[in-house]
Amino acid sequence: MAEVTLRKIVKSYGALEVVHGIDLDIAHNEFVVLVGPSGCGKSTTLRMIAGLEEVSGGEIAIGGRVVNTLPPRARNISMVFQNYALYPHMTVRENLGFSLKIAGRPPAEIDKATDEAAAILGLADYMDRTPGELSGGQRQRVAMGRAIVRHPDVFLFDEPLSNLDAKLRTQMRVEIKKLHQKVKTTIVYVTHDQVEAMTLADRIVIMKDGHIVQTGTPLEVFERPANTFVATFIGSPPMNLVDGVVAGGAVRFAGDVSLPVPPAFRGRVQEGQRVTYGFRADNLMPAGHAMTGIGETAEIDLTIALAEPLGAETILLSELAGVEIQGKMYNPRPVAAGERLSCLLALDHAHLFDAETGASLRT
Amino acid sequence: MTRFRRYARDHAVPLALLSPAVLVILLVVLLPLLFSFYTSFSNYRLIRPDSLWDWVGFRNYARVLGDGDFWSAFGRTVLFLTVALNLEMLLGLGLALMVNRITWGQRTMRTIMMFPMMFSPILVGFQFKYLFNDTIGLVNNALQSLGLASEPIPFLVDRWLAFAAISFAEIWMSTSIFAILILAGLFAMPKDPIEAARVDGCSNWQVFRHITLPFLMPFIYIAMTIRSLDVARAYDIVDVMTGGGPAGRTELLWTLIARTAYDDARMGRANAMAYFSILLSIFFTWFFFRKLMAARRHLGAF
Repeated sequence: MAEVTLRKIVKSYGALEVVHGIDLDIAHNEFVVLVGPSGCGKSTTLRMIAGLEEVSGGEIAIGGRVVNTLPPRARNISMVFQNYALYPHMTVRENLGFSLKIAGRPPAEIDKATDEAAAILGLADYMDRTPGELSGGQRQRVAMGRAIVRHPDVFLFDEPLSNLDAKLRTQMRVEIKKLHQKVKTTIVYVTHDQVEAMTLADRIVIMKDGHIVQTGTPLEVFERPANTFVATFIGSPPMNLVDGVVAGGAVRFAGDVSLPVPPAFRGRVQEGQRVTYGFRADNLMPAGHAMTGIGETAEIDLTIALAEPLGAETILLSELAGVEIQGKMYNPRPVAAGERLSCLLALDHAHLFDAETGASLRT
Repeated sequence: MTRFRRYARDHAVPLALLSPAVLVILLVVLLPLLFSFYTSFSNYRLIRPDSLWDWVGFRNYARVLGDGDFWSAFGRTVLFLTVALNLEMLLGLGLALMVNRITWGQRTMRTIMMFPMMFSPILVGFQFKYLFNDTIGLVNNALQSLGLASEPIPFLVDRWLAFAAISFAEIWMSTSIFAILILAGLFAMPKDPIEAARVDGCSNWQVFRHITLPFLMPFIYIAMTIRSLDVARAYDIVDVMTGGGPAGRTELLWTLIARTAYDDARMGRANAMAYFSILLSIFFTWFFFRKLMAARRHLGAF
């Protein structure tokens, strides 16, 4: 059993505090993704779990054992680095078997374990090459192989895909997911890419400025963002946000446009309250393109500024109360700039946030 | 001949521009080299210029090969190279690793580290000659005042003590070359593989042994190549400290060659010796260069 527990974890460099008392419980075999913009403290947190950074305050436990002062080698973890961090002077086989060799395992066992890892990752043909002779994707696989060969309690991934090109990244993402299904282990994965976070995670931890902003399953953070930061960070394109004032069961925007208060928020707002109205492009569509069963809708007339055809759908750019917003056309047809379309907004998927703090008004 | 003429006509400008360089090399390097090579087959003595034309064939080489003094100087030079290079490497490595850990005042430390290299080897030789002198030397005085020695220790007279004293001076002066080059290697070293090794279960020593040291080897071999050329031609420190003596106990190749050439005025014989010792230098350079190439190939990814 290897659950990872963080209690009030603080990291500071001198007077500068970069991680401000993080609490996080990661269950046995859970795949947790720490996601956030650069500088949010996610990598630092991961490196503290690994033992590569000293913990300035709080407590880290792996499998119930407090590891704050233990060196990395005493934590039974393995880590995949952003730059692969392969040993350049060793062959793939030596790279894979290095940790076992250091642990003093017999050669026969090392060979068996490396062959197994190579088979899982499709590295069998490259065993005698050095990292310099491998492509980026192959190096990435070796780095993962090196991590799984030891059967650690916890896998730590530090932006492992950010050096790969887009196509390879998608492919490796699938492989990591498959790997987790094959090799059931606790995984802590750091990325700044919300797509990676959504696709891989059992649970997403969204961080900003050294704090955890929201924790939840991918669908939870997508459907019930805790604040405007999460709303714009998770999901692509980012959620449309328009500021307005509550007036008689509706939210009134600049330019005398208004939209009804979404059902989930009725009774949670007061007359005259300043709010931010949020909805995703997916839930704003031309009237004829609405699917059935999308619940309560509101109608808005929009002037299309630009259409971006993606094939299966077209992203429509428009303007609401002086703010640029995006909608989607699910059965694409050519749309000319300046065309006026009557659109439907699915209110069940709209959100209200406090205009000052950005916090969701759902609770 | 026509081909040569056509080539000369087509490449007149480049050839004209290159000619000064070619001329200088011919005059400054090739001619003296040919001359010295010729004299090694003659009975040339500086005090009898006409002996230059006294062709003796391989006699000088045969004499040198059968000369016990030459071979002991040869052996001593190889030993000197081995001792000095290895100790300099170990000390330089240690120094570089320590300086690399300094976070405050590292620049100053690096400059201070270079100080010994700023002195002329002759002066370094004089310095250590007086430090190790058996009557007025600082070391002997200190040892006796502290009661660690009852009588003067003949640092520059005893065969092995003198060898050690000369090695000490050489190492004192040149360890920083290793330290600087290895430090450059440490600066260029990526941090990721070290962290990966720590996560993979390495202790600090194992990280050094399996990751850091292999990465530093090319830098060590570069220093070795430079220093092997340097030490193989060692002359000044030895000449000042012991003059190769007493009674040839600290004679190295080049002190012997210089003595033969200028004190005994046997230029022909000295040149024959010099060609042998150049073979030694070439061997060491080739050896370390090959090691360097292998180590670099090994690190292909960088």
